[in-house]
Amino acid sequence: MTKLSLFLGCIIPNRYPGIEKATNLCLEKLDIDCSNLPGASCCPAPGVFRSFDKPTWLALASRNIVLSEEMGRDVLTICNGCYGSLSDANNELKDNAELKSSTNAHLEKIGKEYRGSVNIRHIVEFLYGEFGPEMIREIVVNPLNLRVALHYGCHLVKPSADRQHGSVERPVFFDELVEATGAESVDYPDKMACCGAGGGVRSALLEKSLEMVNHKLSLIRDANVDCIVNACPFCHLQFDEGQAEVKEKFGLEYNIPILHYTQLLGLALGFSPEELGIDLNVVKNDEFMGKLKEPWQE
Amino acid sequence: MSKPDVLKILQDAGLDVLTCIQCGTCSGSCPSGRYTSLNTRRIVRKAHKGGDILHDDKLWMCATCYNCQERCPRGIKIVDAILVIRTIAVHEGIMLPEHRDVSRLVLEYGHAVPINNATMEMREGLGLGSFPETVHKYPDALEDVKTLLRSCEFDKLVQE
Repeated sequence: MTKLSLFLGCIIPNRYPGIEKATNLCLEKLDIDCSNLPGASCCPAPGVFRSFDKPTWLALASRNIVLSEEMGRDVLTICNGCYGSLSDANNELKDNAELKSSTNAHLEKIGKEYRGSVNIRHIVEFLYGEFGPEMIREIVVNPLNLRVALHYGCHLVKPSADRQHGSVERPVFFDELVEATGAESVDYPDKMACCGAGGGVRSALLEKSLEMVNHKLSLIRDANVDCIVNACPFCHLQFDEGQAEVKEKFGLEYNIPILHYTQLLGLALGFSPEELGIDLNVVKNDEFMGKLKEPWQE
Repeated sequence: MSKPDVLKILQDAGLDVLTCIQCGTCSGSCPSGRYTSLNTRRIVRKAHKGGDILHDDKLWMCATCYNCQERCPRGIKIVDAILVIRTIAVHEGIMLPEHRDVSRLVLEYGHAVPINNATMEMREGLGLGSFPETVHKYPDALEDVKTLLRSCEFDKLVQE
């Protein structure tokens, strides 16, 4: 199986370390050969830095990729933003000799060279492609009795010309991985809609960004689910911290728990909510935490 | 300084907005447009009519979800075009203050979202190291990132 290095990005290690822990536990349990990627930086964030200056975006992204090239490992991302940024940069540099050469002129100053020898993976498409839902289902020791609102997040599947994971309007691969844990992926309106965080909107226009996430939260509440599952820490933050902000700004309270897929899978593989850092979210929902405890009490 | 030719820069980047038929599929598909004054169709029109698009604050309301780009019946790479127009604006010194702040974080820490004390405590509680295996833990690696940012003159670009 492909050898990987784990690219952490910014939000997971620096705001939601439970997702980092959950990822480590799942990778180990699944016997995936994945090393650290010491010295990696911001991917850099596609919506903002790519907007500002393309050479800067490519220089920082290529440095992160080179660190993994030096180890002869593909890059494993656990964030849609990092996935989009690194794979777009990797594709552009592989396809365009001029860009590669101008980027390498910057990298030369730190004694590095981009070669274009590795691929960028996202943990969801990696698990789907290399394991598949059936194999995941066989490894599950604690089938989850949960109703889940799945949020793919835009950059996992779009732009489709670059991602090539099939339908962007009605994809199913991530739902299949969720259902492999025993959980039910519940349909809801505007399931594929954006959480509103990306493109620098959350950082510069918070209230507008919250109106977008509030729209999704209201539809998800009506679907009567136990939690929201995502594969991107920026969506995760927007849904989690965003609920506190929506409460403060609009007076609306949802209290819907948010899990990264590695945390959902971790539960199904037998790890406790605390080991997976699920209790470290801003949203504290005792009823949900009690429900997660049930299998361990039996 | 002469005004940048937005249409030409877009065309040089392989982004032809002139085939737009103003059908409005982009605006109808825009999740931001429901709540902001972003009207993607107007952005596209402004781009090919040569209006003052660089100072248009709607440029920054796009969450880059790519719905418009996926659904455009003319196959126009709308989000890619918006990103290029943003780049032209930034190089003209037009940038939101919050985006300058995020840029400063990367210049200083190599992370757009740097670590804080609360997260360090969470990390320790989880049995992870206080600092992640990133530039936060390796000062030489952070120096390399800073060297690259200087080499690209990103520091000069984002300063006020």
